[in-house]
Amino acid sequence: MADITLNKIYVKVWRQNSPKDSGRFETYEVENISQGSSFLEMLDILNDNLIREGKDPIAFDHDCREGICGMCSLYVNGRAHGPDRDITTCQLHMRKFKEGETITIEPWRAGAFPVIKDLIVDRTAFEKIQQAGGFVSVNTGGVPDGNAIPISKVDADEAMDAAACIGCGACVATCKNSSAMLFVAAKVSQFAKLPQGKVEGARRAKAMVAKMDELGFGGCTNTGACELECPKAISISHIARLNREYLVAKLAD
Amino acid sequence: MSTIDNKIPAGPLAEKWSKHKAAIKVVSPANKRKLDVIVVGTGLAGASAAASLSELGYNVHAFCYQDSPRRAHSIAAQGGINAAKNYQNDNDSVYRLFYDTIKGGDYRAREANVYRLAEVSPLIIDQCVAQGVPFAREYGGLLDNRSFGGVLVSRTFYARGQTGQQLLLGAYSALNRQIAKGGVKMYTRHEMLDVVVKEGKARGIIARDMVTGQVKRFGAHAVVVATGGYGNVFFLSTNAMGCNGSAAWQCYKKGAWFGNPCFVQIHPTCIPVHGDQQSKLTLMSESLRNDGRCWVPKKKEDAEKLQKGLIKANDIPEEDRDFYLERRYPSYGNLVPRDVASRAAKERCDAGYGVNNTGLAVYLDFKYSIERLGKKVIEARYGNLFQMYEKITDVDPYTEPMQIYPAIHYSMGGLWVDYNLMTNIPGLYAIGEANFSDHGANRLGASALMQGLADGYFVLPYTIGDYLANEIMTPKIDTKAPEFDEAEKAVTGRLQQLFNIKGKEPVDYFHKKLGHIMWDYVGMSRNEAGLIKAIAMMKELKKEFWSNVRIPGEMNNVNPELEKAGRVADAIEMGILMAQDALDRNESCGGHFREESVSEDGEAQRNDEKFTYVSCWEYKGEQAEPVLHKEDLVFENIKLSQRSYK
Ligand code: SF4
Ligand code: FES
Repeated sequence: MADITLNKIYVKVWRQNSPKDSGRFETYEVENISQGSSFLEMLDILNDNLIREGKDPIAFDHDCREGICGMCSLYVNGRAHGPDRDITTCQLHMRKFKEGETITIEPWRAGAFPVIKDLIVDRTAFEKIQQAGGFVSVNTGGVPDGNAIPISKVDADEAMDAAACIGCGACVATCKNSSAMLFVAAKVSQFAKLPQGKVEGARRAKAMVAKMDELGFGGCTNTGACELECPKAISISHIARLNREYLVAKLAD
Repeated sequence: MSTIDNKIPAGPLAEKWSKHKAAIKVVSPANKRKLDVIVVGTGLAGASAAASLSELGYNVHAFCYQDSPRRAHSIAAQGGINAAKNYQNDNDSVYRLFYDTIKGGDYRAREANVYRLAEVSPLIIDQCVAQGVPFAREYGGLLDNRSFGGVLVSRTFYARGQTGQQLLLGAYSALNRQIAKGGVKMYTRHEMLDVVVKEGKARGIIARDMVTGQVKRFGAHAVVVATGGYGNVFFLSTNAMGCNGSAAWQCYKKGAWFGNPCFVQIHPTCIPVHGDQQSKLTLMSESLRNDGRCWVPKKKEDAEKLQKGLIKANDIPEEDRDFYLERRYPSYGNLVPRDVASRAAKERCDAGYGVNNTGLAVYLDFKYSIERLGKKVIEARYGNLFQMYEKITDVDPYTEPMQIYPAIHYSMGGLWVDYNLMTNIPGLYAIGEANFSDHGANRLGASALMQGLADGYFVLPYTIGDYLANEIMTPKIDTKAPEFDEAEKAVTGRLQQLFNIKGKEPVDYFHKKLGHIMWDYVGMSRNEAGLIKAIAMMKELKKEFWSNVRIPGEMNNVNPELEKAGRVADAIEMGILMAQDALDRNESCGGHFREESVSEDGEAQRNDEKFTYVSCWEYKGEQAEPVLHKEDLVFENIKLSQRSYK
């Protein structure tokens, strides 16, 4: 698996100094990138060059660089998290790119995610949705033994499938309506599958959906684009479950 | 005997915690509302503490540098969390978990702290289940367990390969509930840059808003530091890019002691370094050693051919494979503790048996378990890890063995705390990886999550009351006090100074240099000459940094280079202290291996007569050398012996 080196690539990046700035694309050349390097390592090298040239490096969000924290959030060549399936931007490798290629990098674009600087966006709206109902209302202490309630393996596994969401926002960025349904559905569905979460299932579904609408995310028209770009392959079947939960909650009103 | 008061209660080990809880003070609900607590960091320890303290009624102010508390690096823990539930009926118990942890830590942790950790561990599992954490289950619907290194029972609970994520999301959901209720005020994209000490007590912090660049003051009756470890001193580690020891370092510079700085964990199963463009290393969970077998070729010529890329792993016949862990440690085999497994891999590679082009890799092979259990079972157990490995390396681990090599992973050392998790500065607490207290010289797998949540859910919420009960008459902390002026001035002064250097080299240049010095001389194997040399090199590097670093951009805008510069400036100083501590401790224990202290068969050799203590370093100013205090470790229940996993 000897990785070859790309002699030269071009990187066309969205630059925007602040939320008020109107922003524009700029193109940079980057040389000698090993295909074994990650995409973000390529950006590190570009930034190193920019700093040495006395220019402002490109600001982008990242932290764990192993696909789990959900911080990285780049729109690469027209796709959320770039041209590969089931990965985050930090897991994207330069093997996916060719010699001499121009790579276009943009921030997540959605009304509910305003740009802070360059490729960094503000995802506080996701926090607010979780605060509206993404929890089981128990305090620390005084809970029953962990084995007191048996949960079927199938349900536990399905709950885990939904719980794998990393809160990156790729679903919103990729959706033409900027809908956050997949993100909301993942949390609602995780709890709906577990007896602990069922108790306040109706209230949760209503509260989270209401908050999502209030914050300016668009409605879901079932295009399925989110599922394709979700790095954790969260299935849109969870959206169906959210809709059922929501309907039941509304009927009970 | 040392005169350090660690506040460990008298009495039999098993009764200490309950007696202590009965004796410490409790704050009334009406008074809790008047008390402010700052929690810095929102990983397992910080998020669980912030949520629990708010539930009790305190006003909590929580801080994290990420855009959401859910992104703290606890999220990346893969394998699992230990608890003495004995659900498997394999004779596990609180005592056995306590014993394994003390032994695994090579007898350099406090008995009382570790016993308490084992004692509260079952409560953690109950709590997480109640929160809706989707732990793995058996077909009968009950919780499933797996084994981890350094133990002979099955006590690790897990949620696929994402246990840290699920536990953190549990704590995060509890935190969110409190944020919604108004009990916690959450500050994201804020970085703590100093702790404010007034009349000897911690009274607040100075933090920079990472979006606007504004430097702000926050006051509180107590400050809790839950900011994780300092592994990134090595540049390359399994830590997240933003992980840093700076908050702890600021506390140290304000007088809090630093405990056992030289104890860092090198994890045996990470993806090897691919080249000099690399920015971080990726861990492959220890749980893989349950089913994977570590090997290198028996014959040097085979190793050389592998290094040149002339043959592949599968070309080497069975009889020519050296399963070196099974050979050296027949009773624990591939499940020896991390420090032992790391050194064994290094030993084979140093001897020339490495299997990749750099010669710094060994195999972790699943062929045997796939033959035994079938691909389906292995996929169910480790599917996401295998996928992650393939994405990074472009190699399919179902058909070719993984290549792995040790990497820096965790810091056992950290801020010194007493039994109440309070540092020697009254009102300043350190919890989770940020403190030194529970893992001795080596942490066992699946114990970091246990400790973070034990501290945050079940220890700190009790012990902090003992201190705050005496603070009920203290009014809201006035952030206009001269101590805040001074701290803020120092912080802005330093930021300005960094900015004004306008040198030639970016921050990473210095960070990488630091990393090389640390890995070469303060890494897996240490000796006197190397440590002395490293200290001199780092002192030189510090000068170079402060005269030649270049920070672009603006002060009052998003500026990752400025953030990194502050952290790397601290990391260089931390590296020096780590080397000084390693130099003082002329024994091999756990992750700390001194070449001068080796047994006849090449194993690490402790020196209990001289080194059965916690080293507590006290800062004495920029120009002076730090002073070493020693807290004697007293073992009343366990007899010290050389660890053996043979
Ligand atoms: S559902 Fe998928 S794409 Fe959306 S936030 Fe979660 S992980 Fe990201
Ligand atoms: S940086 Fe954490 S998921 Fe990409």
